[in-house]
Amino acid sequence: MRIFVLFCLACCSWSAQAQLAEADLTLQRLAQQLAVASYDEKSALISQMAQLPAERKKPLLEALASNSLYSRESDQRLFVIERFKPGERIQAFFYDESLLIESRRQKRDFDKIGINNAIRRTLSSELALMEVSSGSDQQRRLAAEQLLKSPQDIDASRLQALIAQESSPAVAEVLGLVAALQQLTSADSSQRLAAIKTLQRSLYPQVRVALVQHQGRLDASNPLQAGEYQLVQKTLASIDQLQQLNGYARDLYFGLSLGAVLLLAAIGLAITFGVMGVINMAHGEMIMLGAYTTYLVQQLMPAGSEVSLLVAIPAAFLVSGLVGVVIERSVIRHLYGRPLETLLATFGISLILQQAVRSIFGPLNREVATPEWMAGTFMLNPGLELTWNRLYIIIFSLLVLVLLAWVMKRTLFGLQMRAVTMNRPMASSMGIRSGWVDALTFGLGSGIAGIAGVALSQLTNVGPNLGQAYIIDSFMVVVFGGVGNLWGTLVAAMSLGVANKVIEPFAGAVLAKILLLVFIILFIQKRPRGLFALKGRAVEG
Amino acid sequence: MPVQATHMGPITRLLTQDKNGRRLLLVIAVLAIVVPFCNLLFPAESVLHISTYTMTLLGKYLCYALLAIAVDLIWGYCGILSLGHGAFFALGGYAMGMYLMRQVGDRGVYGNPELPDFMVFLNWQELPWYWLGFDSFAFSMLMVLLVPGTLAFVFGALAFRSRVSGVYLSIITQAMTYALMLAFFRNDMGFGGNNGLTDFKDILGFDLQSDGTRAGLFIASALALMLGYVISRVITASKLGRVLVAIRDSESRARFLGYRVEHYKLFVFVVSAMLAGVAGALYVPQVGIINPSEFAPIFSIEIIIWVAVGGRGSLYGAVIGAVLVNYAKTWFTGAFAELWLFLLGGLFVLTTLYLPRGVIGLWPPLQQRWHRYRQQRDLVHQEDCL
Amino acid sequence: MSIAPKHIEQPSVLYMDGVSVSFDGFKALNSLSMCIEPGEMRAIIGPNGAGKTTMMDVITGKTQPDCGTVLFNDQHDLTRYDEAAVANLGIGRKFQKPSVIESLTVFENLEMSLRGGRSVWQALRHRLTAEQQDKLDHILALIDMTARLDTFAGNLSHGQKQWLEIGMLLGQQPQLLLIDEPAAGMTDEETMKTAELFKTLAQHHSLMVVEHDMDFIAALECRVTVLHEGSVLAEGSLASVKANDKVIDVYLGR
Repeated sequence: MRIFVLFCLACCSWSAQAQLAEADLTLQRLAQQLAVASYDEKSALISQMAQLPAERKKPLLEALASNSLYSRESDQRLFVIERFKPGERIQAFFYDESLLIESRRQKRDFDKIGINNAIRRTLSSELALMEVSSGSDQQRRLAAEQLLKSPQDIDASRLQALIAQESSPAVAEVLGLVAALQQLTSADSSQRLAAIKTLQRSLYPQVRVALVQHQGRLDASNPLQAGEYQLVQKTLASIDQLQQLNGYARDLYFGLSLGAVLLLAAIGLAITFGVMGVINMAHGEMIMLGAYTTYLVQQLMPAGSEVSLLVAIPAAFLVSGLVGVVIERSVIRHLYGRPLETLLATFGISLILQQAVRSIFGPLNREVATPEWMAGTFMLNPGLELTWNRLYIIIFSLLVLVLLAWVMKRTLFGLQMRAVTMNRPMASSMGIRSGWVDALTFGLGSGIAGIAGVALSQLTNVGPNLGQAYIIDSFMVVVFGGVGNLWGTLVAAMSLGVANKVIEPFAGAVLAKILLLVFIILFIQKRPRGLFALKGRAVEG
Repeated sequence: MPVQATHMGPITRLLTQDKNGRRLLLVIAVLAIVVPFCNLLFPAESVLHISTYTMTLLGKYLCYALLAIAVDLIWGYCGILSLGHGAFFALGGYAMGMYLMRQVGDRGVYGNPELPDFMVFLNWQELPWYWLGFDSFAFSMLMVLLVPGTLAFVFGALAFRSRVSGVYLSIITQAMTYALMLAFFRNDMGFGGNNGLTDFKDILGFDLQSDGTRAGLFIASALALMLGYVISRVITASKLGRVLVAIRDSESRARFLGYRVEHYKLFVFVVSAMLAGVAGALYVPQVGIINPSEFAPIFSIEIIIWVAVGGRGSLYGAVIGAVLVNYAKTWFTGAFAELWLFLLGGLFVLTTLYLPRGVIGLWPPLQQRWHRYRQQRDLVHQEDCL
Repeated sequence: MSIAPKHIEQPSVLYMDGVSVSFDGFKALNSLSMCIEPGEMRAIIGPNGAGKTTMMDVITGKTQPDCGTVLFNDQHDLTRYDEAAVANLGIGRKFQKPSVIESLTVFENLEMSLRGGRSVWQALRHRLTAEQQDKLDHILALIDMTARLDTFAGNLSHGQKQWLEIGMLLGQQPQLLLIDEPAAGMTDEETMKTAELFKTLAQHHSLMVVEHDMDFIAALECRVTVLHEGSVLAEGSLASVKANDKVIDVYLGR
């Protein structure tokens, strides 16, 4: 039994190979005829070749489509020649022969196989259909979407055949849309109505364009066409409605990603300001240091641009964190209990850091490369394409927040940190070295700002003024959310981000920002302690 | 301070007790006479000649000094650290700038008699309503006081009533000036956007480029500074001033004594904003431009450092600080532009850490040391004689 | 258990009924009721967290009660006034931590406290009248600081600051004085002197004194109210309160 199966498999594979070899031979025969065929004959030949199960038909047809298929006058052998330049080596298509071009004069030995527009259309349609029928489902769907751009180029019967044998529903759906687009121009009104119905919930921009064009062709006052006109109108309305939902979703996505940026910028501040009560005006510069660290890491490992960002995260944390510890030990330590003085001193530090960076790296912005895995987009539906980097930043900001909450609530250091900020003398008397806890807490807040800098280096320009742009926003977020409350910071950042993106379309980016600033200023008047304020005697201080 | 002091009115106190204040007023008065005199009467090659450039620079310092007094009045005496006082300065400056813009008339690049150049450039057809009235000098000067005053009143009324204080207040004042900066950067606000207002021609019919006008502006700045000082001193030397100090030291005590803290804060905040507005209004014709960068948060913080360096809570310290820091800035940005921010940053850190009372805080210990030295010298002298 | 005011018809300086305050679920005051008669001196005792400070906050308008009535002189609803208004009605408050204006002199501190002239305009035009000068001299003598009137309040000792603050209360000429732990940080001698001073004051003012020091309270010779968990646990003479079983349990200890 087993032997029989093996035998059958062997037979099958042998016969498949045989078929392929035979197809290649047919392909070669048909291709050879191209050189002497008329344009009409060429079209027919191309269609025949496209039907063959041959492997090499695709490069051949591609070469033909890009005008680089030549036939040698002496023996009709086919060559693909992209550039006719001395020193280039060219390769015969079906034969194991290559030759070096020595002079331009050799060009006379070759005849280009010419094509006209009709053939080009046939070719692109055939190539597109080939794309649709080979590769992964994902690739095939992308290929099918290409067909939406020029549905009329594709042979209707071939398309129907493809749909019938299509295994992936996603691909079949797109192909169905292509077919429906073709049928929109059909003379048969029932076919047109069916096509419109198929297009009903499709969000591809081409579909909408086609429907609008179709509507233009219809005459609403003609009783024969009135029903169809209304149907088109209804379909367009439903598409527009979906598009609007998409718009909201996009606003929300952009808003959340802006919120994530605000969150990243503000989390560090939520520690230094919210927990320790230190007004760190150099917070923005900690972010800037993180961004420059990212730049440096990339310069140091040019080969590993894909992983350099991951290396930069701990590096930025360390750099900014260390600078934070130094600042705390050298300046802020002496100013506890004097918030306004702390504000001024740290502002001075921010000026020094800015100028230091300007002196070292120059006043111009530095280019930080985006690794490939962060670039590009993903598609939620045909009308909604979103960029990956924003998604990564949303996730990243939440990760940082959760990690921080964990450190605060679940680790010994977090416990000591809270103990010191609540009751310093008591904590000291219990053996906690409050000085070190202060330094490390400040370092933690600064380090997180550094991490924010890594993320921001992917979104904005890395320059000496990077930090300044975020300091006021960060304070607004922390104050709005309620000082000393991480979840408040999260809610505040996200709601400000989304609000900003919702207002932007009506008011413009700058006015949106102004409106939000004014809103927060008014809000603080109403609730001086933020959204999620702690109440009671402890906060009265 | 002797007991009978409290029987005196503030003006009497100023005349009899505020020794350093009198010195300051005297110095400014002398400057107001000597500088224009040396500028106008001595020829350029004379040793005694003071160039118009120097005079304008000094005039600028006087405006900054007035601004510093305004900040010291609220920060030094009432503990309100405003990180947005540049906004009031800039608003006063814009009010003056609008007047100067209207004075340009049809002498602009586009020669439009009705609209300033930037509006012609933006294809505006008519003057926006808020520009009306600025052809009148009196109205404009009223606005120099009223616009910053009104903003301070509204902002302060809201903030102080809901008891926003300390760092929170500092942060929202910073947000206020930041928001205003963004707003004034917008072209459709009608204040010249990015470029601001510039290319002024004359003021009250006098050519702004002439030495005489410059001298007049210098004298006006000096007088404004003196007046600003006297007003601030009258306030701080009165019982009102002591209530302010009470609020600064212990806000709740002042409340439980029955003082309406928010009214006091609001009053002094508005006065301070108006002083800042006047400073801005005098500043603009001397530098010849006003643009949104005056709203930048960093400028407002720089004002704070002037006061901190000079020594807060004394008024004259603010003047000294403003002149010192700005002189240093002029010198450094000329000689070592790179170093200026390092120096400014260092100033912030060092003054807060080591000079909490500012430069004037250095004076009493020095004086004491001098006295001790003299005593010792006298002692040694006596011993020698013996 | 809440104690209903005994003589509701009788005039009271301070009348509190059913006052509750909670912070995030924690009940700082729980249906507190109390009544102070004109000219009465009342001592308040109670363990930490019993609600003494919160009660003072409610009376002086710093904290809004969730519910309850607080009446001053049977006519002013104190819950509707803020601190300054309450102070101007005639209620003075002394904090536990001495709070004087450290960068003003003793004289200036007292001058600021004098009744009247609270508006900005009045403060700007203020001149000391002969009458006010007399009043100041009187207070200075009372708190024994005539020799120190030019000293900055920040340079005073702890006990002197306490006295200065009491002097400032007197300057306000309040009808009711709320005094939070006046004896804290005082020497025994100072404590006794303070008790004497209060007894003198009680001739013209109503006083409410919060204190931990039992000797001090004994020296005051007045009615005592014991607070516990935000409401009144017992009220009466010091001896009767000391004998109360519940008070011994929660506060004095056996």
